[in-house]
Amino acid sequence: MKENGKVTNIFLSGVGGQGTILASNILAEVFLKAGYDVKKSEIHGMAQRGGDVTTHFRFGKKVYSPLIKYGDADFLLSFELLEALRYINWVKPDGKVVLNRQKIYPPSVNLGLAKYPENVEETFKKFFKDNVYVVDGQEIARKIGNIQAANVVLIGAFSNFFPKIKESQWVDAIKTLMPQKLHDLNIKAFQEGRKAL
Amino acid sequence: MPIGGNMKKEIKVMQGNSAIARGAWEAGVRLAAAYPGTPSSEILKEIADNYPEIYAEWAPNEKVAVEVASGASIAGARAMASMKHVGMNVASDPVMTLSYTGVKGGLLIVVADDPNVHSSQNEQDSRNWARFGKMPMLEPSDAQECKDFTKIAFEMSEEFDTPVFLRTETRVGHSDSPVVLENRVESKIPTKVDQKEAQKYTMVPINVRVRRKVVEERMKRLEAYADEFKFNKMEINDTRIGVITSGVSYLYTKDVFPEYSYLKLGMVWPLPKKMIDEFYKKVKKVIIVEELDPFLETEIKAMGYKVFHGKDVIPNMYELSPEIIEKALKGKKYKEPEIRVKTDELPRRPPNLCAGCSHRPLFYALKKLGAFVFGDIGCYTLATAPPLQAIHTTVCMGAGIGEAHGAMKVMGNEGLGKVCAVIGDSTFLHSGVTPLMDIAYNKGNSTTIILDNRITGMTGHQEHPGTGFTVRQEPTYAVDYAELGKTLGIQSIRKIDPYNIKESMEVIKEEMEKDCSSLIVCTNSPCIMLRREKRKFEHPTYTIDEEKCRGCKACLEIGCPPITWIEKEGTTKDGHKRKGMVSINKDTCVGCGVCVQICKFDAIVPAVK
Repeated sequence: MKENGKVTNIFLSGVGGQGTILASNILAEVFLKAGYDVKKSEIHGMAQRGGDVTTHFRFGKKVYSPLIKYGDADFLLSFELLEALRYINWVKPDGKVVLNRQKIYPPSVNLGLAKYPENVEETFKKFFKDNVYVVDGQEIARKIGNIQAANVVLIGAFSNFFPKIKESQWVDAIKTLMPQKLHDLNIKAFQEGRKAL
Repeated sequence: MPIGGNMKKEIKVMQGNSAIARGAWEAGVRLAAAYPGTPSSEILKEIADNYPEIYAEWAPNEKVAVEVASGASIAGARAMASMKHVGMNVASDPVMTLSYTGVKGGLLIVVADDPNVHSSQNEQDSRNWARFGKMPMLEPSDAQECKDFTKIAFEMSEEFDTPVFLRTETRVGHSDSPVVLENRVESKIPTKVDQKEAQKYTMVPINVRVRRKVVEERMKRLEAYADEFKFNKMEINDTRIGVITSGVSYLYTKDVFPEYSYLKLGMVWPLPKKMIDEFYKKVKKVIIVEELDPFLETEIKAMGYKVFHGKDVIPNMYELSPEIIEKALKGKKYKEPEIRVKTDELPRRPPNLCAGCSHRPLFYALKKLGAFVFGDIGCYTLATAPPLQAIHTTVCMGAGIGEAHGAMKVMGNEGLGKVCAVIGDSTFLHSGVTPLMDIAYNKGNSTTIILDNRITGMTGHQEHPGTGFTVRQEPTYAVDYAELGKTLGIQSIRKIDPYNIKESMEVIKEEMEKDCSSLIVCTNSPCIMLRREKRKFEHPTYTIDEEKCRGCKACLEIGCPPITWIEKEGTTKDGHKRKGMVSINKDTCVGCGVCVQICKFDAIVPAVK
């Protein structure tokens, strides 16, 4: 975590329906309760219809812009490989990248008009070396019994980058933001994700 | 102390739109009406879900929403209407005259712009309405300001006897930041109507001339108020450069150039003339940073001031961002970040109709018929994209029906069988009824298809007068489209099940060829995401019979998300060579069976999940 005065920029990307917005809501709740100013911006609109979704999340002592400056992301947390690659240039040279090993084909790939990019993980490793972390969020979520919880698995993995925030703070945020019937599943998803990195 | 650490006050991270709803509740608002539209829809939903003290309704359109709110205001209650920028065009008729009548209970009009057209049909700058209509406009930059400005708007509205605009935009309404929560305070104005006030509210010429003068005097008083307005703020740092800005542009600029001096306007109309003069005296050069039109710049230049930089470097279209502002103001000194991958060359991921959507088979049918389709605003507008490409116009809500009528009037018999209009259920009720009435009245012969999916789809499932439910999920009356068409005088009315492609094609062809007005209503075709009315399909999912698929790509023409082309040479069981074949993702296929009707080789077969 950064010292006071600096702002930490987290760029989240994925595909509509993957739960990126809930994931970023958890981040906002955790860092607000930890005493930071937070700002978050996302595009809703037609995202539900399978379009790409991005969320800019920032925390620090005082945050102005809700948008991260291009090229200034400290972290890229991506829920889908093509959507990770699309934002590779947003990450600082020493930034950290967390990839979910999932591919969702866009329409042009489905139609056979374009190829899904190959070797996305390797491309990231070429530029970010040891700062690339890969999680199989869906597989972990499937083992817990619900692939819908892959977003929270990723948040669990991502939580490791903030050692000053206790596990209980993350769990509290999940409890605050989700209906009670989903608590057990998502807390389990968080814990499994946390163990995955 | 960091903002979240102060535990004495309750602080919550809220979306800008939620904060507006909260502000309305704290301000003692009694009534809120709206028609959904991105990025404004959450405001009314938040009110309906969380604040039972406020009567809330989805109105059929924005004009009605404003009129409902105006009535509440005349009866003494604080009231509001919220809409997206193009909704304000629809609402402008009452709004422009409410400027003259003024209000009794505070009246707020929230208008949400969409710079960069993330989800709209144009990119207009709503600040122009304030100058045009001679009403004050506030522009918040984050969620806390959304709440604070909403509250002060009601005070201003009552003090100056005027409707007040609150202008947001995508990056304000859909951004989240901390908000300090406060309690609700009820308005002290009694709820009643008074016949003695008729002259104020009846805009016949003799009364208009009286109110016309009141409006001008009010603007003068508001100008003076703007100079004292607590949310117009000056921050003097380095005096070599001063930035005049507002809304989210302030946050972007402040982030990139924290060392500059700022005049941040919370009220963008009328402008604080004395304050601007004072700012010009304090700083050497002034830069104006604003999204879209040179609204502030034009006004400030007209006051006689020099502008060092404004729209000469800041773009006048699309949205701004920290790097766009940095690049514009630093020029050649701006350092581009490293380009690691040419991301422009990656396959794009545009939004698509959902798997199982009832619009897909209908637009496939229209494509096969070769119809010119006058379209409308909704999820189905996505059918303009490849591979369907079956929408040929989109202007505004309701436009397609009148346009098809006009086209048929000039094409005569040449148009028969070639032209139709499509419109969604919510959109039809918004502004499709009057053009349909026009077709009947003026003896038109065009065909109108209502794509009834039982909900307002694209904006995220809002109820409307055809769904049978209110915003608070109470059961209510539902419009019967076929009966309505009959009452309006439409001569031929048919119903189709869009999932049956062959039958739909036959009916649409017949109706387009008939020399009379026609209305076709899609039935049993609810939005696939709408759990309440979920349509049952025969099989849960489908798969490809690899022995039969010839790789003809016919099923790819519907652009269904679970269907993917796999390039791999091979042969079918009966010896046909193929270059590849398709595959169906069983997890995302919902079993609608549309592709099955298209496949000529019986290669798509039922499967289990």
